[in-house]
Amino acid sequence: MDAMVRELSYAQAIQEAMAVAMDMDERVFLMGEDIGVYGGAFQVTGDLVDRFGTERVIDTPISELGGAGVAVGAALTGMRPIFEFQFSDFATLAMEQIVNQAAKMRFMLGGEVSVPVVMRFPAGSGTGAAAQHSQSLEAWLGHVPGLKVIQPATPYDAKGMLLAAVADPDPVMIFEHKLLYKAKGPVPEGYYTVPIGKADIRREGRDLTIVATSIMVQKALDAAATLEAEGIDVEVVDLRTIRPMDRQTVVDSVKKTSRLMCVYEAVKTLGIGAEVSAMIAESEAFDYLDAPIVRLGGAETPIPYNPELEKATVPQVPDIITAARDLVKGVR
Amino acid sequence: MAGASKAVADSRANLPFVYRQYSAEQLKQVLYKMYLIRRFEEGAEESYMRGLIHGTMHLSIGQEASAMGICMPLGEDDQITSTHRGHGHCIAKGAEVKRMFAEFFGKTTGYCKGRGGSMHIADVAKGNLGANGIVGGGIPIAVGAALSSKMMKTGKVVVSFFGDGANNEGAFHEALNMAAVWKLPVIFVCENNGYGMSTSTARSTAVKNIADRAAAYSMPGVIVNGNIFSEVAEASHKAVERARAGEGPTLIESKTYRHRGHSKSDRNRYRTKEEIEDWMSNRDPITLFENELREFGFIDGPGIEAIREAVAREIADGIEFAKVSPSPDVRETGNYVYTEQA
Ligand SMILES: Cc1ncc(C[n+]2csc(CCOP(=O)(O)OP(=O)(O)O)c2C)c(N)n1
Ligand SMILES: [Mg+2]
Repeated sequence: MDAMVRELSYAQAIQEAMAVAMDMDERVFLMGEDIGVYGGAFQVTGDLVDRFGTERVIDTPISELGGAGVAVGAALTGMRPIFEFQFSDFATLAMEQIVNQAAKMRFMLGGEVSVPVVMRFPAGSGTGAAAQHSQSLEAWLGHVPGLKVIQPATPYDAKGMLLAAVADPDPVMIFEHKLLYKAKGPVPEGYYTVPIGKADIRREGRDLTIVATSIMVQKALDAAATLEAEGIDVEVVDLRTIRPMDRQTVVDSVKKTSRLMCVYEAVKTLGIGAEVSAMIAESEAFDYLDAPIVRLGGAETPIPYNPELEKATVPQVPDIITAARDLVKGVR
Repeated sequence: MAGASKAVADSRANLPFVYRQYSAEQLKQVLYKMYLIRRFEEGAEESYMRGLIHGTMHLSIGQEASAMGICMPLGEDDQITSTHRGHGHCIAKGAEVKRMFAEFFGKTTGYCKGRGGSMHIADVAKGNLGANGIVGGGIPIAVGAALSSKMMKTGKVVVSFFGDGANNEGAFHEALNMAAVWKLPVIFVCENNGYGMSTSTARSTAVKNIADRAAAYSMPGVIVNGNIFSEVAEASHKAVERARAGEGPTLIESKTYRHRGHSKSDRNRYRTKEEIEDWMSNRDPITLFENELREFGFIDGPGIEAIREAVAREIADGIEFAKVSPSPDVRETGNYVYTEQA
């Protein structure tokens, strides 16, 4: 019998995944700032503390380095912590434990241990929270062997990938775009997983492959709908995992469409777009390209407070439409 | 910079510190500024509700005496680092509310040219090195500013404001240690309003008083009632003297309370209505100061009324200034990322 499918928000889907994981496995617990009675800065943990108690939904002091390290230590020794950063920007305070410890522990100890910690990072701009609360730092962590880094774009994936992350024996970093928290979509009840390391073709097309991440997936789909009316048939690949990256799905798509555009919110240079582009340049798909690869990413600036400037610093639907049109018509 | 003359001083010998130290004019100016902070934040809150300001903001309503008391003995050259709850610090250090409103409205006339907003409000010319979006982020920076002061022999004193929540960040501990080891002219001011967001100090902090932490770093730890202007100002005076004399840092814990929620998304489920009402009706810092001023004969009813009216005018003018100011050009997103070079 199929599980009942309901419309849930992205935030509700994550909350449900955490509840399912905690019901199934008593080693799973939550840690973070103001995730208890406050319900989390974005109400993702919500009322879970009422159901699971303060022993399993732990409010930490404002101590990101220590808190992340405690989660790593607990994971190392048998527990299954899910650690919430209040904003992904505060990962910068905990980099030591994430990058030097969690990521390398298993390797340094010759495979004698593993660190099954899950960390959740509310990320991205668009909320008027300015330069220190709006960054997209996923590529930073994507650069570290030993970590897995995912960016679910839908409520369905948010739940399934979180459950896959909890089941994973290694550290999994989940970047959740804050503007997605209210987005709704179908989510089955109960337990299911969506594999880490697999991209998803969200729309099939013949003329152009857009590889997008996180909130840019929906923007790419919106752009594709407009472009369809103009006779441009876009394939949208939702990357979903940035480490390890699903090379094959992207290569196959580009071989089919012969054109590639990467769309992501993080600062354009030295990021995901560079990796995807290089991956294609190094692959058998290179010979299939009919046009130069295009990257659309964030401007080379911190995120500004002013709302108009803020919008102008990250790709918007009209930017994607224009760039796709130019790419297909060979303007560049 | 004692403002009271000798004769006046004698007649005030039994009054609390600030009434001996300052002139009636200076004290009235303090009341003016406390009202200015309160009304600025009420104005910002209202503008936010009306959709004129976006993002979020953290109001310090209820903490005005702390900001004013700490800044009272500071000169214009002295510096501060502030927090996400920094509007009061900014005004107390001498900022103009019109340019603060302009910043909140995202305009080019704002202190950060519309790039920073509430959480990064600053007034570098007046010695405010900026609010901070990172809890504890300003504490080591203040120590760095104090190191500059010492190395460059400028005589500046630096104050670092932070909340009770920040005392659990590593940055706090590392910074206090260095300041003490190097005897720097810095004052650490913990505005303990009982909570870091929803988490009470009892649930987050191993010591009863944040000031107890001072012992670990061999500096004086002073506790004051942060809602009594005179108490705060007196502690700040002593700490400034100590810093200027080259004797090193002080940690002041100013116990206070925020009347509003943490930010604009707070359900206030971690504290009771009674608790909030008690602080609002029985320990409001402006009311307490106003009552003392009246009791000691520094001001009368019409005097207070005149201050309130003048503040209301300055606020209305400030909002108007912000509204009519220009927005930044979207083609200029790249400005200020690096220093412009000729
Ligand atoms: C490093 C970091 N962690 C968490 C936050 C989110 N946050 C902003 S303010 C705040 C509470 C701060 O409490 P406190 O220091 O007591 O200052 P108050 O808000 O009470 O003035 C939190 C958790 C942040 N901005 N920076
Ligand atoms: Mg506090």
